[in-house]
Amino acid sequence: MSAVEEVTSEAPAVEAVPKRAMTLGYGTSLVVLGLLIIAPMFLKNFFVFQMTMLLIYALAVLALNILTGGSGQFSLGQSAFYAVGAYTSAILMEHMGVNYALTLPIAGIICFGFGFLFGQPALRLSGIYLALATFALAVAMPQLLKLGFFEHWTGGVQGLVVTKPDAPFGLPISQDRWLYYFTLVIAIGIYIASVNLLRSRSGRAFMAIRDNEIAASAMGVDVALYKTLAFGVSAGITGVAGGLGAIAVQFVAPDGYTITLAISLFLGMVVGGVGWLPGSIVGSAFIIFVPNIAEHISKGLSGAVFGVLLFLVIFLVPHGARQVAIVAQQLIGKLKK
Amino acid sequence: MTAMLNVKDLRAYYGQVQALHGLSFSLNEGSLTTLLGANGAGKTTTLRAICNMVRSTGAIEFEGKPLSGQSTENVVRLGIAHVPQGRGTFTTMTVEENLQLGAITRNDKKGVVADIERMYEHFPVLKERHTQQAGTLSGGEQQMLAVARALMLRPRLMLLDEPSFGLAPLIVRELFNILGKINREDKVTILVVEQNAQLALELADKAYVIETGRIVMSGSAAEIANNEDVRKSYLGY
Repeated sequence: MSAVEEVTSEAPAVEAVPKRAMTLGYGTSLVVLGLLIIAPMFLKNFFVFQMTMLLIYALAVLALNILTGGSGQFSLGQSAFYAVGAYTSAILMEHMGVNYALTLPIAGIICFGFGFLFGQPALRLSGIYLALATFALAVAMPQLLKLGFFEHWTGGVQGLVVTKPDAPFGLPISQDRWLYYFTLVIAIGIYIASVNLLRSRSGRAFMAIRDNEIAASAMGVDVALYKTLAFGVSAGITGVAGGLGAIAVQFVAPDGYTITLAISLFLGMVVGGVGWLPGSIVGSAFIIFVPNIAEHISKGLSGAVFGVLLFLVIFLVPHGARQVAIVAQQLIGKLKK
Repeated sequence: MTAMLNVKDLRAYYGQVQALHGLSFSLNEGSLTTLLGANGAGKTTTLRAICNMVRSTGAIEFEGKPLSGQSTENVVRLGIAHVPQGRGTFTTMTVEENLQLGAITRNDKKGVVADIERMYEHFPVLKERHTQQAGTLSGGEQQMLAVARALMLRPRLMLLDEPSFGLAPLIVRELFNILGKINREDKVTILVVEQNAQLALELADKAYVIETGRIVMSGSAAEIANNEDVRKSYLGY
């Protein structure tokens, strides 16, 4: 016994990433929040719109992060949930005259149900097979939206035009700025809720399933329930993002929600760092701005340039923004000493 | 002594392949029983069938309640902890988070905190490493963590699947000593599946030997240890 103890206590103690590290430190969070609040005041409307989209895609990436980073399930079908959310908001606003803010929780709930149901058959699949099944969902969705049967509601191939809301209470700010702050409040709310979810008992159950499914069920975790729950939560948040996207872009059409969107979101998650929620906004920035940068470098070969940039990121920082954050933290720690 | 677990005519299947061919055995409350057998004999399958992780037929009763048709998590909730083969460590979580997960079915927060402290007394090395990522522990430490995590359920019965696998002999002995202590002091009934027959027979009071999905021998651990055939095939002398 004593001999064993001696041997083990000599080994260097490797500290795990503590739970706190799933989020940002208090100070860093405030700085980021401050920037997000102040920046739009000095930007032109078009850039404010882009920042709104940044937040919206960040939400969608965060949703995927909960599913993949949290419960270990892959999805290439997030664009389908995003589309359902977008169409729910658009149809409620344009056909039924529902207030734009009220359409979001409805979109969230409908997508939660949709995701939860989709999670049932997905229970039998894992890893690459689940990726393929969700891929099929993403491929099918734009065509389903074009069906003549739904055309009265969805507008078919033409899609639907959505009216942009004005700032309420006669606030003297532009529509774009108002929508940005509206989105920011929702994004912060969902971010905080997600962090708390992953720290809760359910979050622990998600992560147990991700790490070792058999052991998780041997601990009494209801694997089927938590896996479908993860799908539901992820789809619900994606649906809210989709609804916000419809309002911001002022337009929904089937071809806006193809598999390309799903792959972009997946990319965003990897670049941001799988399982690291604050990385979602970095990943979102990558999928929004890097294609633009690539186009500046070469118009004809923008896809190839994007590919090279992506390759560089994956090669240099395979764990994404999370890795950069950890290195930066260590550097700061050294400087302080 | 009453039988705590009663298994009758257990047959288990992996797809078309039948792995168990009518196994019957029982465990007495408070006992420490070992199930011996070579590779592929059906030891792991037996444990999995008790927890309903594989398709099986036959009757399994735990404290008089039938287990067939119950989901794995419900079986666990009845007080049966399963330490799976290969330890089943939640590698990216810390040692302490692993222990908390063992108690995920419990609602008494104070009791859980107290039990974690108790586990640290049983396994001091886990206390030393409680903030460490569990995947970075050595094999022996991970096995101790797996046992400690299973105990966090406050089980009445603990099923252990080859706890000695891949561990240094010294560590195995330490682990088995702790298992004996848990069995005596905490009154946890234990069923341990082993290939390391010698140690298992030293520790256990009762033993079963299985071959190709059937029980071929049963008796007190001492009887089995002295049996000519067992000595030749499993103990090697």
